[in-house]
Amino acid sequence: MAEPKTTGSPTPDEPLLRATDLRVHLDTPRGLLKAVDGVSFSIERGETLGLVGESGSGKSMLVRSLMGICPSIADIHGSVRLDGRELVGVPRKEARTIWGNRIAMVFQDPMTSLNPVLRIDRQLTESMRLHLGMGKKEAGERAIELLTLVGIPEPVKRARQYPHQLSGGMRQRVTIAMALACDPDVLIADEATTALDVTVQRQILDLLQEIQAERGMGMILVSHDLGVVAGRTDQIAVMYAGRMVEHSPTADLFAHRRHRYTEALLGAVPRLDVPRDQRPRAIPGAPPDLVTLKSGCAFAARCTAADDLCREERPELGDELGAHRFACHHPVGEDVAAVEGVESGQPSLMKEATA
Amino acid sequence: MSTLETAPEPALGAAEPTGLRPSQIKRAKSGKARKRPSILLWFAIAWMSIVLLGALLSLIAPGVFPHEYGKAFGDAKQKPFAAWPEFLGTDGLGRSHLTRLAFGARVSMIVALVSVVVGVVIGGLLGLVAAYFRGVTEMIIDLFSDALLAFPPLILLLALSSVYEPSQTSITAGLAVLTIPGFTRLTKASAIAQSNREYVTVAKAMGAGPGRIIFKELLPNTFPAVMSYSVIVMAVLIVAEGSLSFLGLSIPPPMPSWGGMINAAKDDLSLYPSQVFVPCGVLFLTVFSLNVIGDRLRAKFDVRDTKL
Amino acid sequence: MLRLLGRKLLALIPVLFLVTFATTALPDLVDGSPVAQMLGPGSTPQDLKDLEHEFGYDKSLPVRYVTWVGHALTGDLGESLKTRTPVMDGITERFPVTLELAVFALLMALIVAVPLGVWTAAKAGGRVDRVIGGLSSGLLSIPTFVSVFILVYFFANPNMMLAFKPTGWEYISVDFAKNIEFAFLPALALALAEIPQFQRLLRSDMLATLQEDFILTARSKGLSTSYVLFRHALRPSSFSLLTVSGLTLGRLIGGTVIVESYFAIPGLGQGMYQAINGKDIPVVQGTVVVIAIVYVLLNTLVDIGYSLIDPRVRAR
Repeated sequence: MAEPKTTGSPTPDEPLLRATDLRVHLDTPRGLLKAVDGVSFSIERGETLGLVGESGSGKSMLVRSLMGICPSIADIHGSVRLDGRELVGVPRKEARTIWGNRIAMVFQDPMTSLNPVLRIDRQLTESMRLHLGMGKKEAGERAIELLTLVGIPEPVKRARQYPHQLSGGMRQRVTIAMALACDPDVLIADEATTALDVTVQRQILDLLQEIQAERGMGMILVSHDLGVVAGRTDQIAVMYAGRMVEHSPTADLFAHRRHRYTEALLGAVPRLDVPRDQRPRAIPGAPPDLVTLKSGCAFAARCTAADDLCREERPELGDELGAHRFACHHPVGEDVAAVEGVESGQPSLMKEATA
Repeated sequence: MSTLETAPEPALGAAEPTGLRPSQIKRAKSGKARKRPSILLWFAIAWMSIVLLGALLSLIAPGVFPHEYGKAFGDAKQKPFAAWPEFLGTDGLGRSHLTRLAFGARVSMIVALVSVVVGVVIGGLLGLVAAYFRGVTEMIIDLFSDALLAFPPLILLLALSSVYEPSQTSITAGLAVLTIPGFTRLTKASAIAQSNREYVTVAKAMGAGPGRIIFKELLPNTFPAVMSYSVIVMAVLIVAEGSLSFLGLSIPPPMPSWGGMINAAKDDLSLYPSQVFVPCGVLFLTVFSLNVIGDRLRAKFDVRDTKL
Repeated sequence: MLRLLGRKLLALIPVLFLVTFATTALPDLVDGSPVAQMLGPGSTPQDLKDLEHEFGYDKSLPVRYVTWVGHALTGDLGESLKTRTPVMDGITERFPVTLELAVFALLMALIVAVPLGVWTAAKAGGRVDRVIGGLSSGLLSIPTFVSVFILVYFFANPNMMLAFKPTGWEYISVDFAKNIEFAFLPALALALAEIPQFQRLLRSDMLATLQEDFILTARSKGLSTSYVLFRHALRPSSFSLLTVSGLTLGRLIGGTVIVESYFAIPGLGQGMYQAINGKDIPVVQGTVVVIAIVYVLLNTLVDIGYSLIDPRVRAR
């Protein structure tokens, strides 16, 4: 399994995966949609990045653009480097040698992300046969190993079955096995547990963490739930309207959250250990329309601390990777002079946001 | 005949890409790109106007044509675009192609229109009745349409033509019978879809009787679907009538019909291809135009999920 | 599964009854006596009566129907008025020819339409898609009796290209190569009308499949586009195409009259055509009933088969 990778040797001063000013623009019939707008981060081997945000915040598009699997109307700018090797703009044919081989992805819904008319073993082996040049028999044996690894009982029998014969949790284990097939350097789990029920969710997350630790992969855990990524990541990035609004080492983020949106997200996490009156609060309003987005902070319309500055000037995140970065004019923990004035103006803003 | 089954288009263009699901965005894109140039539609409308004009003139003012359809006036098998006003040439007996095609249009149009109207009225009524009463009534009506659909369409026509002397009336009647089950199913399906809606329940609650509900509530709302389907059915009927004429089992000579003209010229194919291809072209353009118009109507009224 | 089969077959009975009854009633629609044409000049009304009696036309419709069903169940569909030979003999001789034509046409249509459908779906909205879409709606408007001429003019014409024989037939059991040579153009003429329908159907199903998450999964594995299209997307998209193919086969069997009469192919359609022209009612009846029954049975089989090919349905 520990075969040497065919693509370049790691450059010492380069992180495993580094994205710099990544932008994904979609040319939709309604206009230009900036799905991902100027995102930077880096991951080392064995490190996990948690990517958090509401649906529509651009997190899925971001991880897809890392691989280059985007709809054909998407334009990807900026840079993504895997071991120092640029991935943005490489021809499709070359990109395919990386997909599933060096970067692999686990998708959200195991019910729909497996091909319903192909047997499990077929779907498991095809990437090994393609990327590692394995024969049918060898790949088949490895498929059984993988199924055992992800904790599927009776792997030999399961391998011959169709996806619909497996439960949701089992299917997600299969998709993880599929992602692990070629021993990738980076594993991206795009809401990999969202569609599962809570107990299974935990098992799958534990499994991912275990495998990652064992193999020293870089991992990106995408979730809309801060609780999911809390104890399992080294750094967390919060996405809002296509931009990162807060990015910091995990412990730091939970200790000193700075962005108002992060604060609101944390408020929305269900917890049992707090009194009833502090139970989850929904964030008022809806995410903004990314086509008609104007200048200013994208969260301003839903933010309790927003003032004229927020509506006019977009706060910047800062460039220093590894530090606690946040893009907010009035971060949590700092006195906000204008709070009172904003409070009264809020209802109309909310209306605007929901309209 | 085969156009009776048409593939439903997937729900295109429905997605509003505010969220970021890539699939939706892709869908929106293909929806935009699939808009066909409307030149084709204008061409279709123009061509159908010509055909209808020809049919109308031959019906009410046959004198405007320079030559009669039944009489030879010059050399046989003249090539098209060789003379004026007979720019479509002459047939094997030296008769005017132009006149004969116009009279053929008359046959095709009358047969297709009358059959469709009869089919719509009878089939539509049966469909509405089935949709309103459901239960046994629906079962019986379904049984009869299933039985009619159990014959391949052309076979049924041929069986009828084995016992009846072909005439415009018998052909029209046969074709009308063929179209009934399709219209029954269509109106039934769309009326059932309608009758589950709020306004029908309201009408029922207000004490409206079956007649009122069928004619005032269900009928108007099934109209768009039926209308766009009718245009496509007309194309199918013109092909069916042409097939019968081609086999010599339709309107007897000397009355010209497109299929009959093709049939009469078929032995001249290798030496005088225009003899065959002129009526073939006219027939093709008519069927094509009707399909284009029908497709456009269907897209406009958004009737794609109605199963036929 | 057995319950489904039983229910489908049960639903067939009333349809088959109506079909056969309607066919038995056919002679009653004839103006005059169905056997009148068999009599020579100078025959007496008694001769007519005798003949009617011989063919059973003097009895009432219900009696005739029961007798007909009884005979039909033993494979006896009556006698031809022209040749006085059993109708069934003619049908068993002609049916394989028509079946071969229909199957050949279906295969041709699928071979052309499947790659086109996949291609246009993969390039949906692009130039290729629009050109093929335009061509296919044009092709859809060409009736078989027109495409026959186009094919013959270009491929079986001494002035153009004499690649195929314009008319004639050789049985497949006698000489395979010759059989194909004769069958190619008629089958192609039949196939042409089906290609656009298959292509459109597959295209729209493929478009739906390509939106599925598992296609994204497959792509994220680095599989090539053609592999994803043909190995991942095609199968789940082909169920309705397979169903329609089954239905098409039934329709083709009943729709060969035009090509058979034009290309002089001794199949069911030609037999029926000749019988119609000769007012040979029993042959028309027999052919219609056989075609209708085959058509109905095929449709039912397709209905049942549909649940067999999809593993998702099969499991239930």
